[in-house]
Amino acid sequence: MWKWLHPYAKTERTYQLCQLLLPWFSVFGLFIIILAAVWGLAFAPTDYQQSDAYRIIYVHVPTAVLSKSLYIAMAVAAFVGLVWQVKTSFMAMMAFAPVGATVTFVSLVTGAAWGKPMWGTWWEWDARLTSQLILLFLFLGVISLYKAFDDKQQAGKAAGVMAVVGIINLPIIHYSVEWWNTLHQGATIMKLDKPSMPPEMLWPLLLSILGWILVCGAISIQRLQNEILQRDLKRPWVVKLAMNEHVSGDKE
Amino acid sequence: MQALVSLLKRDLSLAYRQRAELMQPLLFFVLVISLFPLGVGPEPKTLQLIGPGVIWVAAILSSLLGLERMFRDDFSDGSLEQLILSGASLSGAALVKVYAHWITSIFPLIILSPLLALFLHLTEPMYWALLKTLLLGTPLLSLIGAIAVGLTVGLNKGGMLLALLLLPVFVPLLIFATSAVEAASMGLQYNAQLAIIGAMLLFSLALAPFAIAYALRVSQN
Repeated sequence: MWKWLHPYAKTERTYQLCQLLLPWFSVFGLFIIILAAVWGLAFAPTDYQQSDAYRIIYVHVPTAVLSKSLYIAMAVAAFVGLVWQVKTSFMAMMAFAPVGATVTFVSLVTGAAWGKPMWGTWWEWDARLTSQLILLFLFLGVISLYKAFDDKQQAGKAAGVMAVVGIINLPIIHYSVEWWNTLHQGATIMKLDKPSMPPEMLWPLLLSILGWILVCGAISIQRLQNEILQRDLKRPWVVKLAMNEHVSGDKE
Repeated sequence: MQALVSLLKRDLSLAYRQRAELMQPLLFFVLVISLFPLGVGPEPKTLQLIGPGVIWVAAILSSLLGLERMFRDDFSDGSLEQLILSGASLSGAALVKVYAHWITSIFPLIILSPLLALFLHLTEPMYWALLKTLLLGTPLLSLIGAIAVGLTVGLNKGGMLLALLLLPVFVPLLIFATSAVEAASMGLQYNAQLAIIGAMLLFSLALAPFAIAYALRVSQN
């Protein structure tokens, strides 16, 4: 059943697959993200309560959604690598990790910027903000563990273990923080009720989420390709690839 | 089985011969906690309010200091490699080492905890809650900590990295433990928090030994 996956354990095949996917992800991603940004920032109606300040939602929500998804993607890649000893999988894990960390950071910054006009403070120990902060630390832990090793093979396994420990912990952290938050300051927080969004606001948001997914996918794919090339630098197929590139470059 | 027993004996006697080194995290624990009254003022009410959190944060930090020695010496003198090659169950050995570490470097913290409760003006019900959370929660520190120590033991610069890896993972434990003590201070039931900490402990007791064994194999390459 999973046999079709086996060839992708070979870096060369994965590289080719990436080559095939990359243009789709990057072209559609860029197009959709620009479309959604223009629609959301310029044409969507203003909110009666938050006026124009709510428009940060078109960056904040996609990044917040993606931060957790990217952690899951990273952990799944790590798990596959650990169980089936696929080294391409660890490369994919490290392709996801910095993208995820960046996206988490962006969601924190935009969350803080949104909090200032709405809650009157840059930082509130709100459940979602707090668990997002911890998520960022989990990402950074995996990345710095990976960087600490010289042997990348070993680094992948070590960081993979930590990523899997993190994913088991993530729901526990999420719910404990949520519970802690309601315990301490449920009443003081000015939580905005989530009114059902009118479709004119919702559509650009959904588009924006899709655009961010595609762009993050494109960046991860590109990172994976770079990683494969770097690791296999001396392998014949990379040398051949470089030669071909060189030749076609000369022709132009 | 016999190998594991002798491993336990060896670890305990090694720890006994390095008493001075074992004292350091303990002293750190007491020192950090006595800094807080100096920092925030000696008001008993304030101290009582921050007390549980302070004790738990200090316990986590000082356990981080002691964690590194769990595998470090064994790694550098090669006995860890022998242990892996010996054919004895490595996850069993990991569990033994975690237990030896807990009993030698964390259990003393618990013995000292009445003194610290006095320092921070904890009431008696608060202290009992604190003791229960410490007894249930600190083995978790050793178990999860050992995974990260196993991974970083081959690196020379492990210390700071260990903190970065472990502190986020300990967040739920900190939350549940301090909230149990807080509930006790208001005379409320705190069985729920204890049950959750117990559940986390059992869960990691079941899985962590395998993760530690894997981590040790990775670091031996």
